[in-house]
Amino acid sequence: MAIARHSVLVRVTHWLTVISFVALLVTGLEIVISHPRFYWGETGNVNMKPLFTIPIPSSRDTVPTGYGYVMPDQNGWSRYLHFESAWVLVLTGLVYGIASLLNGHFRRNLVPEPGERSLGAHWERMSQYLRRKPPGKDETHSYNVLQRTTYLIVIFVLFPLVIWTGLALSPSFNAAFPWGVNLLGGRQSARTLHFFVTWALVLFLLVHVAMLAVSGFWSRMQGMITGRTSSMGESVATKELV
Amino acid sequence: MKPMSRRALITSGLAAAGVAGLAAANRLAGRHGLIPPDCRGIYGPGETLTYATQRILTRHAMAREFPRNMISKNPFMNEVAPPSDQFKKLQAGGFGDWRLTVDGLVAHPMSLSLADLRSLPTHSQITEVVCEEGWSYVAEWIGTPLSGVLREAGILPQARYLKYFSIQPEWSDSIDMADAHHPQTFLTLGMNDGELPVGFGGPLRLRVPRQLGYKSVKYITRITATDSMKFQGDYAWFAGI
Repeated sequence: MAIARHSVLVRVTHWLTVISFVALLVTGLEIVISHPRFYWGETGNVNMKPLFTIPIPSSRDTVPTGYGYVMPDQNGWSRYLHFESAWVLVLTGLVYGIASLLNGHFRRNLVPEPGERSLGAHWERMSQYLRRKPPGKDETHSYNVLQRTTYLIVIFVLFPLVIWTGLALSPSFNAAFPWGVNLLGGRQSARTLHFFVTWALVLFLLVHVAMLAVSGFWSRMQGMITGRTSSMGESVATKELV
Repeated sequence: MKPMSRRALITSGLAAAGVAGLAAANRLAGRHGLIPPDCRGIYGPGETLTYATQRILTRHAMAREFPRNMISKNPFMNEVAPPSDQFKKLQAGGFGDWRLTVDGLVAHPMSLSLADLRSLPTHSQITEVVCEEGWSYVAEWIGTPLSGVLREAGILPQARYLKYFSIQPEWSDSIDMADAHHPQTFLTLGMNDGELPVGFGGPLRLRVPRQLGYKSVKYITRITATDSMKFQGDYAWFAGI
């Protein structure tokens, strides 16, 4: 018997997010190569002291990196694809967010259940993971409290932050909404924060995929692609994660 | 013929409405100047969304201006190609023979010397130069708003874009009329209380402070107004992001 896991909306928006995030990550790193130095405050350039430097060659010979090698410039298509993918991400996020508010997905599946809204409940689940205890039967049809809190942070903190810090790098947007960049401490601070939030999202991605491996990669993959998981080795449940 | 199921009816109805809606949006966007020249190709949809959104939300917005104490002590001038022979000859003459030609869709084509430009109303702005690579600096830019020159030249209502050319071969760019008439778009002659140094684009640079640095082309000799544009280039045409 097949178990219903994810609604069409969750599956489609999940994979659109995956595609756009990977495109944003690759093109973002490509853009960073043209100036692998980070600053704090409003301004920053090679005549100023950086906050930190990534020890890689640059795609510009004006950046002193210590390497006698200049990487090829890929910024043209990288920038085009970065912003197009950002649109896919933002529009996907809007559809997912609005629909999930309306159909109760957030309330039902992501907000921790009343008895579990404590640090203790999170720690208990964490210690189960650390002891490598296999997932319980309840986890086939429902997210556990650690998953819920993590997903809520990713959806309501990290993605909004990465979009905000990205928008704060747009000179025209900053003209219309100067507080967007000023609140972050200036343009270079926004760029540095954009970089850090990206790594927080990458960290989430790595843990997310590692957890799939722990709990059955193909079964979870099947769930997110077809919406169903075969009942082999899973508890029988009919509650759908819509 | 088999009767259509309710689901198929709703789906095809929605699809038809979607297609009609897109066509209408496209016509409206074209009429209101929301379609950028690089609207085609795989990156066209993203660029069009960006440009249309910016023109709806930020058409009249003013770039952030900074207090004098935020002017960068060590601005970065970026590298340029070695100066052409033509540039070196003009430089040897103290740029006395530098001319800016204004032509195309204007009632009175003009050729202006730097002295002519200096006799026009002079303004200054302390704005940030933002390079697409990631670096930036703040400087005071002194010059005359491009809009005044366009008014003198009698720019025609059918003009939609302004192309501008550097004296350096194969260096040019273009902006739409929203940026051309914007009060902070300057024909820049000075920087930080002095003449505009050659490294920063002297004797004449077009500053477009609401867009990335690559739109602020150095060593301007010609501006031409046009009603159509074929886009060629590796970088996005609209650089306000």
